[in-house]
Amino acid sequence: MEYLLQQLINGVTLGAIYGLIALGYTMVYGVLGMINFAHGEIYMIGAFLSLMGFALLGALGLPVAVVILLVLLAAMIITGAWGWSLERLAYRPLRGSPRLVPLISAIGMSIFLQNLVQLLQGARVKTMPPMINGGVEVMQRASDGFTVTISYTQILLWVVTVVLVSIFAYLIQNTSLGRAQRAVSQDAVMAEYLGINSNRTISITFIIAAMLAAVAGCMVMLYYGVVDFYIGFLAGMKAFTAAVLGGIGSLPGALLGGLLIGLIESLWSAYFSIEYKDVVAFIVLFLVLLIKPSGFFGRPSVEKV
Amino acid sequence: MALLNVENLSMVFGGLVAVDGVSFRAEEGKITSVIGPNGAGKTTLFNCITGFYRPTSGKIICRTHGRDFDLTGMAGHHIVRQAGIARTFQNIRLFPAMTVYENMLVAEHGRISALATLNPKRYAHEVAKSRALARSWLERMDLFPYANSRADALPYGIQRRVEIARALCTSPTLLCLDEPAAGLNHTESEGLAKLLLRITKEFNVSILLIEHDMQVVMNISDHIVVLDYGRRIAEGTASEVSMNPDVIKAYLGEDAHAA
Repeated sequence: MEYLLQQLINGVTLGAIYGLIALGYTMVYGVLGMINFAHGEIYMIGAFLSLMGFALLGALGLPVAVVILLVLLAAMIITGAWGWSLERLAYRPLRGSPRLVPLISAIGMSIFLQNLVQLLQGARVKTMPPMINGGVEVMQRASDGFTVTISYTQILLWVVTVVLVSIFAYLIQNTSLGRAQRAVSQDAVMAEYLGINSNRTISITFIIAAMLAAVAGCMVMLYYGVVDFYIGFLAGMKAFTAAVLGGIGSLPGALLGGLLIGLIESLWSAYFSIEYKDVVAFIVLFLVLLIKPSGFFGRPSVEKV
Repeated sequence: MALLNVENLSMVFGGLVAVDGVSFRAEEGKITSVIGPNGAGKTTLFNCITGFYRPTSGKIICRTHGRDFDLTGMAGHHIVRQAGIARTFQNIRLFPAMTVYENMLVAEHGRISALATLNPKRYAHEVAKSRALARSWLERMDLFPYANSRADALPYGIQRRVEIARALCTSPTLLCLDEPAAGLNHTESEGLAKLLLRITKEFNVSILLIEHDMQVVMNISDHIVVLDYGRRIAEGTASEVSMNPDVIKAYLGEDAHAA
């Protein structure tokens, strides 16, 4: 019982990270109808930027809360710029070409960014000592003293995720920017003829997606403290699975999908085999595509003839 | 200069000349209609005017608020915002997953500049203005009861009216309607004709209309341009055009006039 509770806490934490990345996949899919396979790399860049930020600001001896806030902000802004450039360089010139073309371009950008970071930062795994120690002890098992703890890092991660997701949800649901974005995702041509600059809306979408990925990257640095040039691939694929599970194009779906993938992964590693934890996420992807391709909240795509 | 001046406009797709040296004008405060048999190039002409296509040759000049805009090669959202030309499409293109009210507000978005978004006070002011305008159009178009319904849940005739209301929300000087009466029944298209007259007279928005429903066209148009095989074969008032032998020939065939 206690063991299960601990795994659930860990699973939700992992799920929040997948959810943040999955939001990026689903938002970009919404406006462009393409899967941005370089999104995992954007998350990896966010993690690297956070590492640099922590190393730089940590040396100045500022209070931990200030350091985290500043690093989070800086990582979001700079990663946002990466996301913007990615769309500008790799996808916009291909607007209007067959759907397969930007997809290939996305895979190309993914390989390019991985190798760029490998060249600049080296191939070795980089680690960071934990910034926040300790946690809240929830309960203890009488028989052997196993304690269920929620670490302060996990609490921080939950709070940051909930706050940022709420801000972006508000932005999309209630502001003119969000309405423009929804309009472009439903009918880009019509949106243009109602005076919406669809290119700019797409750019903003990429920036927001990259910013959320940067938040995930920053949180992963605080939580695991480990990064290398290759982390974007697996995390990206799992977040993509989460987005498909929730129904691609649906924002609440991406969050729910992320949460489920996180839970499935941590429960699987706890009770079955940790070696196969990556496989289980893709088995889920396979099953979703087989049984319910539109996911939980997705609209079934009907090709009009 | 008239509100819209199309001069010698041509649009060629590969070997197909869809629009062939067409010139006409649309005057302010009037309803100008473009008619012609299927495939005459009406929609292509529309697509050139609204920036959907870049014409092969010719000029489209629009005079809005005392300024001249060359529409050839202007981006779609600039044509709406700067030149004040709004359009609807032949098929209904409402944003299906939004409410009617939200659909209207989308049209307002471009008016709010990116800079205003950064200034909370000005942004709130702009948003309040948008909402007031959207509501006033809903009221004027008798759509207020549907404001909070999802667009795709409404009957076809209402959806048509929402589309026109939404286009009006961009505060256009010229409204381009591509077959607004298509799919409407007789009563509905009579209502539409009345509505279009009201839009020009009461709301002071000029209209450029493509329509197959001849009753609608003949009753409300101030000026009619007839196209056939991409060429302008006649123009004038309803009675002038309906008496024109070339027009009768184009619609009914070679022998009809003689018979």
